[in-house]
Amino acid sequence: MKNKAISYPYVGWMGLFVVAPILIITLYAFTTDDGGFTLSNFQDMAQYTSAFGRSFLLAAIATVVCLLIGYPLAYLLARESGWLHRMANMLIMLPMWMNFLLRTYSWKFLLERHGLINTLLGLLGLGPFQMIDTQGAIVLGMVYNFLPYMVLPIFSVIEKIDPKVIEAAQDLGADSITVFRRVILPLSLPGVLSGITMVFIPSVSTFAISRLLGGSKTLLLGNLIDMQFLGSAYNPHLGSAISLVMMVIVMVCMAVMNHFGDGEEGVTL
Amino acid sequence: MKKNGILGRFFLLLCFLFLYAPILVLVVFSFNASKSKAVWAGFTLDWYVELFHNDMILNALWVTLAVSALAAFLSTIMGTAAAIGFRNLKRRSRNVFMTINNIPLTNADIITGVSMMLLFLFGVAAFNGSLGQLLGVKWNMGFVTLLIAHITFDVPNVILSVMPKLRQLDPNIYEAAQDLGDHGFHAFRSVILPEIMPGVVNGLIIAFTLSIDDFVISYFTAGAQTQTLSMVIYSMAKKRVSPEINALSTLLFAAVVILMVIVNLRQASQERRRKMQQAALTAHS
Repeated sequence: MKNKAISYPYVGWMGLFVVAPILIITLYAFTTDDGGFTLSNFQDMAQYTSAFGRSFLLAAIATVVCLLIGYPLAYLLARESGWLHRMANMLIMLPMWMNFLLRTYSWKFLLERHGLINTLLGLLGLGPFQMIDTQGAIVLGMVYNFLPYMVLPIFSVIEKIDPKVIEAAQDLGADSITVFRRVILPLSLPGVLSGITMVFIPSVSTFAISRLLGGSKTLLLGNLIDMQFLGSAYNPHLGSAISLVMMVIVMVCMAVMNHFGDGEEGVTL
Repeated sequence: MKKNGILGRFFLLLCFLFLYAPILVLVVFSFNASKSKAVWAGFTLDWYVELFHNDMILNALWVTLAVSALAAFLSTIMGTAAAIGFRNLKRRSRNVFMTINNIPLTNADIITGVSMMLLFLFGVAAFNGSLGQLLGVKWNMGFVTLLIAHITFDVPNVILSVMPKLRQLDPNIYEAAQDLGDHGFHAFRSVILPEIMPGVVNGLIIAFTLSIDDFVISYFTAGAQTQTLSMVIYSMAKKRVSPEINALSTLLFAAVVILMVIVNLRQASQERRRKMQQAALTAHS
């Protein structure tokens, strides 16, 4: 096979539609409307420090919650035998086939002041509670939408663990806690790391979930960027600067995490 | 491994309840006679009837299906070609290209969206200022830019799905085919393509799924006139989603469930047949 030329169309495509846009956004971040170089876009971002902090905090909470629910879920599914094990991938993926905005909207429906949950609680003589338009609702929306991204990679690595390895550990006298801690957990780490990445990045950059479940008061980074490009506060230069900073912070976080992950017992996949 | 106890089973049940309850609510309320939310006012199929008279929704559905099918098809061809070509590149340039290929996968959607939007605005302005002025045409962001954006995030997924199959390929079989007088595209079609077909089909399905489900990138690249289904839902969801959308989603969801069940049943029966054949073979020997 010496036909490397057939990849050239895509190489050109990447140059035009992957590399060029990143260069343009970088250029925009460092320029003013009339094209002069400036750093003022980054200075203007100071007023949005709280949105930065809030976005990263809420995304971190959502990621931790996803891990706390997703790991046991993936582990238990991998231990099942029979139809539940066979269908596990499909059962986790199926909800994603319902439009994600509708699924989020459905939570609005459930959480509202006169929504289903408050109505049910009212029958028990409780509430009504303020659930919609809170930061908790945003975290719930993130967890709900991105939980499958945590479960699927963990499930697939746990499933691939050779049962003989576990039997060997048991033969050597390990009890089930030790087997989990010394064998299953380290072997499933690559799945955990990719799960964390796949939950954290969409969470930190979301604007639809916060818009639908957080009301208009809670601004996240995604909402800020949306406002600068398609919203009332039109200023693509500031928007580019915010995007660039977010991209860099996320990249640094992921690099640190992956480095940290590589150090652990040298798990490779 | 040991079986799960009652506590584990209960946890699984709770998780699936969490994942499916909102969907169940949507489906149930697509049959609700009242437009109001938490109140059940009796069974009706009105929303399903009205759905087929709502031009905005039907138009958005058409745009979504058209862009997803076209993008999936084109990116499968370009991605498969690129994956094969990358295999023949020197390691150094291959690594560079694979790193660039990973950018749309690892970047947040919103950044991919806004950066492409800037490029398109720039391109549109440049075109309208030069060639467009000469020809008297005015170009705007719309279906074409939407399609370009979709192809751009679909191809990396196709490549990731085809690459492992190429790696499993025995490099000698292509040369063997050439030695036997089979050349160029024909050798590719008769020798390589059948081997990597599962990866290609998988890539096509992933690309189509991602395109159908995409909201963020479409939102920034479709311009003011073109709307996908997700965009219609978003603009509605800020206020109130009309029950016709619930009806449409229920139909789409049902279509997927039926498709999945068919695929699964087929796989299960194939597996059973294979096992029976194996059993027959071992019994004979």
